[in-house]
Amino acid sequence: MSEHIGDRVASASVGLDTGADASYSTTEGLDTGASRPTRPTATGTLFRFATAGSVDDGKSTLVGRLLHDSKAILADQLESVARTSAERGFGGEPGAIDFALLTDGLRAEREQGITIDVAYRYFTTGRRSFILADCPGHVQYTRNMVTGSATADAVVVLVDVRNGVLEQTRRHLAVVQLLRVPHVIVAVNKIDLVGYDRAAFDAVAADVAALANDLGLPDAHVIPVSALAGDNVVERSANTPWYDGPSLLELLEELSTIDELETDLEALRLPVQLVIRPQGGLSPDVTDAAADELRDHRAFAGRIESGTVKVGDPVEVFPAGVRTTVTGIRRGPEALAEASAPLSVALELADPVDAARGAVIAAAGSLPAPRRELDADVFQLDARPLATGARVLVKHGTTTVQAIVTDIRGRLDLDTLETTPTASLATNDIGLVRLKLAADLAAEPYAAHRRAGAFLVIHPQDGATLAAGIVVEAPA
Amino acid sequence: MSESIIPGGRVASAGEAIPGGRVASAGEAIPGGRVAPEARIETARVQGLDTGAGASYSTTENLDTGAGASYSTTEGLDTGAGASYSTTEGLDTGADASYSTTATLDALDVLEAEAIHVIREVVAEFERPVLLFSGGKDSVVVLHLAAKAFWPAKVPFPVLHVDTGHNFPEVLRFRDETVARLGIRLEVASVQDYLDDGRLQERADGTRNPLQTQPLLDAIAAGRHDAVFGGARRDEDKARAKERIISLRDEFGQWDPRNQRPELWSLYNGRHTVGQHVRAFPISNWTELDVWRYIEREGIALPPLYFAHERDVYARDGMWLAVSDVSAPRAGETVERRTVRYRTVGDLSCTGAVVSEAATLSDIVREVAASTLTERGATRADDRLSEAAMEDRKKDGYF
Repeated sequence: MSEHIGDRVASASVGLDTGADASYSTTEGLDTGASRPTRPTATGTLFRFATAGSVDDGKSTLVGRLLHDSKAILADQLESVARTSAERGFGGEPGAIDFALLTDGLRAEREQGITIDVAYRYFTTGRRSFILADCPGHVQYTRNMVTGSATADAVVVLVDVRNGVLEQTRRHLAVVQLLRVPHVIVAVNKIDLVGYDRAAFDAVAADVAALANDLGLPDAHVIPVSALAGDNVVERSANTPWYDGPSLLELLEELSTIDELETDLEALRLPVQLVIRPQGGLSPDVTDAAADELRDHRAFAGRIESGTVKVGDPVEVFPAGVRTTVTGIRRGPEALAEASAPLSVALELADPVDAARGAVIAAAGSLPAPRRELDADVFQLDARPLATGARVLVKHGTTTVQAIVTDIRGRLDLDTLETTPTASLATNDIGLVRLKLAADLAAEPYAAHRRAGAFLVIHPQDGATLAAGIVVEAPA
Repeated sequence: MSESIIPGGRVASAGEAIPGGRVASAGEAIPGGRVAPEARIETARVQGLDTGAGASYSTTENLDTGAGASYSTTEGLDTGAGASYSTTEGLDTGADASYSTTATLDALDVLEAEAIHVIREVVAEFERPVLLFSGGKDSVVVLHLAAKAFWPAKVPFPVLHVDTGHNFPEVLRFRDETVARLGIRLEVASVQDYLDDGRLQERADGTRNPLQTQPLLDAIAAGRHDAVFGGARRDEDKARAKERIISLRDEFGQWDPRNQRPELWSLYNGRHTVGQHVRAFPISNWTELDVWRYIEREGIALPPLYFAHERDVYARDGMWLAVSDVSAPRAGETVERRTVRYRTVGDLSCTGAVVSEAATLSDIVREVAASTLTERGATRADDRLSEAAMEDRKKDGYF
């Protein structure tokens, strides 16, 4: 039952010198000495990635390895994990550490030895800061995979080199493909257990390539690793001279983020969250001289979901369709000449347009057509099945509208990748549905526009998130 | 607040059921083509006027008061060549082709954008938000982000301090100065009041952190707050690593970690029923180091005890505790005068100082980066009680 059975690390073999760091529980407080290398103080870019794997493929060890080798695990955390590992007789060797204890944050998880929920972990290399969404492999796997991958710039899928590509690998990659995660990395783990055998790796890599081809995943990176021994995780390994690619961390530092890839390709979209009108309620830091100018200030606050906006740009406003010009862009009191996704800004417009929460400011000429009906792939997350006729709420951007499920057109079989007819969607199902909306939405196909193509399906009474959806072009 | 006029002359507020079975959400499009106006910001004026004291206070830190039309330096956007507009040339607008459109935003820019987005979502969708404000660095950062999110309007919600009675005097002073400067209302939930009238009993170990839960929940109910902002971060604790950005609490304030709503993209589902409220954590994805880098970058004012200073301290449980009205050495513990600073601000009786010479923000950033201990491991006795100390407190309604 334990996801991390076998995920253990003997401190001797990997240099987890828990004992050496005696600074914990002394009265020295912050020990700024050179006992450990300093984490970088520079701020790099931000990269989000998710890890997914099947039972016992060593995911917890890999996550622990990444965190440990990037100095993200500090002495007191390591000491706490070591103490708990020892109390439970983990591994049997003195100093053996159960890395899963680092990510299994809840009592129920530790007691059962399973990971229930996505855990978020953080580390930085100086070039980049990473947000790692660690997705449990077996309980609620689709729910967790979708949650962890929805905003991920990359997904790392683990495969045990001895088992090769499993059914679950196929499912993980299918979800990755549907969500259009920009980068897929398949870490072929436990390469040490097959004696760093190139043929074993090549066989798995060939299966991965074939599967990626089936799924239409453009470029899957395949890396031979040993999370336990550290091969090709942070440093390139001398044990795999036949592999000339980057280590996992090198690759994660190199890959482009969604915003780096897409900001320049997509037109401006800024869903209006609220309108800032400070008449009389000016922030006390505004000077009297500035206060006069700000008397009639009206700014449209929101996050730029895609594209770039410059002062002077012509824009159009959904749903009214009015055309106007951007006269100001602010981030707090700071005026900007231009801003790009994903910044949160406030835009000032030349004309007094009717735009409140729910409106979308778009580059002129790119205004999406209003939709009263959505065709969508939905990921069913709630335990209650979703059936035709269900009355729900759809939350899209900054708008929530009533909707009715008018048709469930089929369920995606992740093994055959074919759509089969079904009357309702059960938890973890992925299905193609049609929704009728009570009001217009500025929804666009997810394939063309990631953030304008995503929505939540919400229970109108208890407010539960029933499903996550991505808009697709209407099937023929 | 957040009212929308429904054809037929009624006024519906967010979440209210409308005859005919509809539910109006803030800003929801109403059949007939109108969009419910989002008037929440206006509440800022009302709340702001409560505390006239703040009006004259307009100094130094936080938001650069240059206000008007001049561009200030945009440190954050400094990566792409030429992308940052770092002069004071005024409004010679952006048609200028020399601006790159491929500016690379750094991690702090992205984290700030995410936090401001969350803060605005909560203000737009909830009736009566409040920010838990201790004067500690994390809640100070959230308040700074809120000020940026609504500038030039005031922060449109009050702050709530759960006062353990075990306060650092300089933190209370900072708290009062900050709310006065921003012109916002301060609510206080006092643990001492509960002890005085017997609703709570002092614990044997003297720590009052676990005692904060009841006054907090009562204050949330009394203020009819449907959303409560907090400065908690996922990197602080294993239980917090599983927390959502918008997290539902039941009528007892309880957190049910095994039954949380999945949180996808940046679509936050804050639907709740009567009696429930949400906790909102805009800086969930920040690390301690991010917080310090951001404070340095933005020049945010903090209580002085975060910086190296001399203090009478004694060693206990691997921490340096301050000599004060509520914490004194036991037999065998000796008082020393040392140069220390605090990494976290909490109950004075159980929050430890660290020996440090870091007197400036850049010193602190370097020190935190080099630290071998987490901030809670280094300074919080109560989190050492057990592996699940934080999880247990959170389940009971703690922040």
